[in-house]
Amino acid sequence: MAHPYIPNSVPAVRERMLKAVGAASVEEFYADIPESIRLRRPLDLPAPLRSEAELVRHLDGLLARNTPGALSFLGAGCYQHHVPAVVDEVATRSEFLTAYAGEPYEDHGRFQALWEYQSLMGELLELDVVNVPTYDGFQATGTALRMAGRVTGRRTLLIVGPVDPDKLSKIADYVRPDHDVVLVDAAAVADLDLSADVAAVYCETPNYHGILDASVPALAARAHAAGALLVAGCNPISLGVVAPPSAYGADIVCGDIQPLGIRMSFGGGNAGFIATRDDPRLVSEFPSRLFGVIPTTVEGEYGFGDVDYERTSFAVREEGKEWVGTAAALHGIMAGVYLALMGPQGMREIGETILANTAYAQRRLAEIPGVEAPSAAAGQVSFADFLVRFTGSLTAAEVNTRLLALGIHGGKVLSATDALYCVTEIHTREDIDRLAQALEEITA
Amino acid sequence: MSAHSPRTSVPPAEARVGAKPRLRRFHQASWDEPLLFELTSPGERGVGVPTTDLPVPALPAGLARESAPQLPELSQLHVLRHYLRLSQENLGVDLNIDVGQGTCTMKYSPKVNDTFVVDQRISELHPLQDESTVQGVLEIIYRLEGLLKEISGMDRVSLQPGAGSAAIYANVSMIRAYHASRGEAEQRDEVITTMFSHPSNAACAKVAGYKVITLMPDEDGYPDIEALRAAVGPRTAALLITNPEDTGIFNPRIEEFVRLAHEAGGLCCYDQANANGILGITRARDAGFDLCHFNLHKTFSTPHACGGPAAGACGVSEALVPFLPRPTVEFDGSRYRLEDDRPESVGKIRPFYGVVPNLVRAYAWIMSMGAEGLREVAETAVLNNNYLMAKVLEIRGVSAPYAKGRRRVEQARYSWEQLNADTGIHSEQIGVRAADFGTHYWTSHHPYVVPEPMTLEPTESYSQADLDEYAAILAEVAREAYEEPEVVRTAPHRSTIHQLRQESLDDPDTWAVTWRAYRRKLGAGA
Repeated sequence: MAHPYIPNSVPAVRERMLKAVGAASVEEFYADIPESIRLRRPLDLPAPLRSEAELVRHLDGLLARNTPGALSFLGAGCYQHHVPAVVDEVATRSEFLTAYAGEPYEDHGRFQALWEYQSLMGELLELDVVNVPTYDGFQATGTALRMAGRVTGRRTLLIVGPVDPDKLSKIADYVRPDHDVVLVDAAAVADLDLSADVAAVYCETPNYHGILDASVPALAARAHAAGALLVAGCNPISLGVVAPPSAYGADIVCGDIQPLGIRMSFGGGNAGFIATRDDPRLVSEFPSRLFGVIPTTVEGEYGFGDVDYERTSFAVREEGKEWVGTAAALHGIMAGVYLALMGPQGMREIGETILANTAYAQRRLAEIPGVEAPSAAAGQVSFADFLVRFTGSLTAAEVNTRLLALGIHGGKVLSATDALYCVTEIHTREDIDRLAQALEEITA
Repeated sequence: MSAHSPRTSVPPAEARVGAKPRLRRFHQASWDEPLLFELTSPGERGVGVPTTDLPVPALPAGLARESAPQLPELSQLHVLRHYLRLSQENLGVDLNIDVGQGTCTMKYSPKVNDTFVVDQRISELHPLQDESTVQGVLEIIYRLEGLLKEISGMDRVSLQPGAGSAAIYANVSMIRAYHASRGEAEQRDEVITTMFSHPSNAACAKVAGYKVITLMPDEDGYPDIEALRAAVGPRTAALLITNPEDTGIFNPRIEEFVRLAHEAGGLCCYDQANANGILGITRARDAGFDLCHFNLHKTFSTPHACGGPAAGACGVSEALVPFLPRPTVEFDGSRYRLEDDRPESVGKIRPFYGVVPNLVRAYAWIMSMGAEGLREVAETAVLNNNYLMAKVLEIRGVSAPYAKGRRRVEQARYSWEQLNADTGIHSEQIGVRAADFGTHYWTSHHPYVVPEPMTLEPTESYSQADLDEYAAILAEVAREAYEEPEVVRTAPHRSTIHQLRQESLDDPDTWAVTWRAYRRKLGAGA
């Protein structure tokens, strides 16, 4: 029986093609594979689900054991936002979904859509150079730090905490041969001598705990005075209201575009951005592809191509900057569609709604005996993520277990007492009140 | 229209096969679409956003945005129309005979598998949800690991890397951790790879701190074993090698390569980007490898998505298991859970657990194939490649260097050197002209060891008629190169755009990566 995905599995066709190339059987094509490494038994795999109906039934049985849709206050690097229907429409177009690395002619659309993504991010970040996305924000951060290391020729990377420990793990692994990673808090930077060997000061706004740290803008001057670069992480969905890091002097800005119209998908919806000024010293350090707009032989027609391709490992293997390969281009196109839909007004509104919801949630939860919102209590403003502290008899993990019984996902547990909760534009005041009421019952 | 019209009197399929295919009178969509920013109409918007009457807190000094981002303003239909026009100016596997992107394994990505990942029971899951609410997806990841363990013969598989090169990097990181655990990290500072392995093998090793030794092909195109003998030694950390290489030639001495590296105390890491032709035929474990990686967007059918999201899978032998990225997915007989407590792990390669939608698609694809189906994939991909190769080699001016008279596995690297010598036309120009017939091809990675290269990989997805049509397009363009070279030299003629003027891409004064840079440098649209 011919397989629906394999047209030439029809026996008669197979025979005809073998005859056409003068082969008795397909075994002839494997003549170079020594007998000693041949697998002379069938792979031991489950029986195939040959019909589409059987396959759907099997997958449906597995998906039935997942439960989405509960009221959730999880963020911590993966965010629930509304995804406009037009983003899905574009993302599922065959022409984009099934294309790959074609040339600027037959795949002009991909080049333009990605150049426009770069441009939209450039406006959001107020920077002239943005890459075709890398895998995720972790990779973007690792690469941004290595770029700073190459520009300065220095070894030490000062990471201003708090930073997601998973991200720190990635950074440490990624820069290991060339850099020493030192974790400090923002207040401590003022007392450190940066002059000797610091390549970069890395900070995030909002940081891992969601805090918009007022001491961050001064870091640029500190770093620059010492000959170091400021590498700044940010959440792009905040930038309708929060200043882009370039405004306070960041040299390299990086992060993850998952919040911009890409679904959470159990943590699979990432793509990383890296952005700089249009300074050849910085541009030449990007490993990623950078698409540029160029003219064609026809007046007024736009074409696209690779800027400074000789930087890349595609051009010069290990002599290139890190490496480039398949990463997350379609997520870039999706984020572009999202920003095109949102426009300046939408980005301002979503930023304001998230700020207001984050402030309200902290205010509301802090009214509960045994529950504190330490950042808000310290006068700090948070965006989306915020710290919650449980000072009663239950641990943060135990609180989560009880919330789950009420159909609510509590925040990411950080310690016995602390958890990282999150609200976005999709949460209503009633959702936040429902969480507060549940916590009142649980901690009473 | 008359029944005698040549366009309607189609002979039966059986009679058509083998006959000279009619070249398509193709023209790609060409909307002359402006840049998004040129479409702005102040005041318009594309989507409504929830607003609130709750008070908005004031931001700290220096952290409030002072002026709105200069994003374009468009109504919803106009955003949609713009992107749909761009999509029409793009060719995917679903539309063209996409055999021309050698090394990329451009196979059909079944639509049914897309339905699983847009399902809310995947798309709306948060990665930190309580494990009791995500048992289904954890089971899929666990089961996929099991399938890939059998397909590779390895002991454990990590599905965390975001794509193939990220998987190569993860493997190199594990190699580094392995040698460090034995106190040999300082001593073993060299990695050996081959010129016809993907450049990311060399580049990832360099990032991880290794000196890179690249073996060149010998006269027959096989990696030079004498060069390997000279290269291995106490400084060898690993051999990173593809097989079959990007030439489509299988290295028959692969066991000896592995043995030489092992005898020197090095590890052997198999880049299985080219696994599509050998599924169920030979496995990484069978040749003695310690690590391997697959590209799920190549061999296991997940869509290429304009260059990702993709997914990579790293397989390792028992000795390397402690170093796998964390967390792993474990099963105790009743519950699936994430195990993050892995003290020797290299840590995180990416956030959370992997590109989950593509793990689901790859799982579904393998389940729709089974052992017999995977074998059929491999055998058909190899048959298709050798069939296409026979057709291509009938064309004037093209050759398949190396391994004369030998078969290829799932792809072949050709050379238009003779055609170039005869006509002055380059391989890139032939590929561009192919766009006028609704397809395209890729040359090869750099450097061009094979002069005027073209790399074709016809996978199992294409029919005999597709392969005949593709070969006929190449034959027609080659004929033009000899008889009317100006047609090729000035191509494309029926594509979305015309010939690019690329000079500005390497000049910092004129390159323009964003609209804001374009306006500033070229004064357009200001």
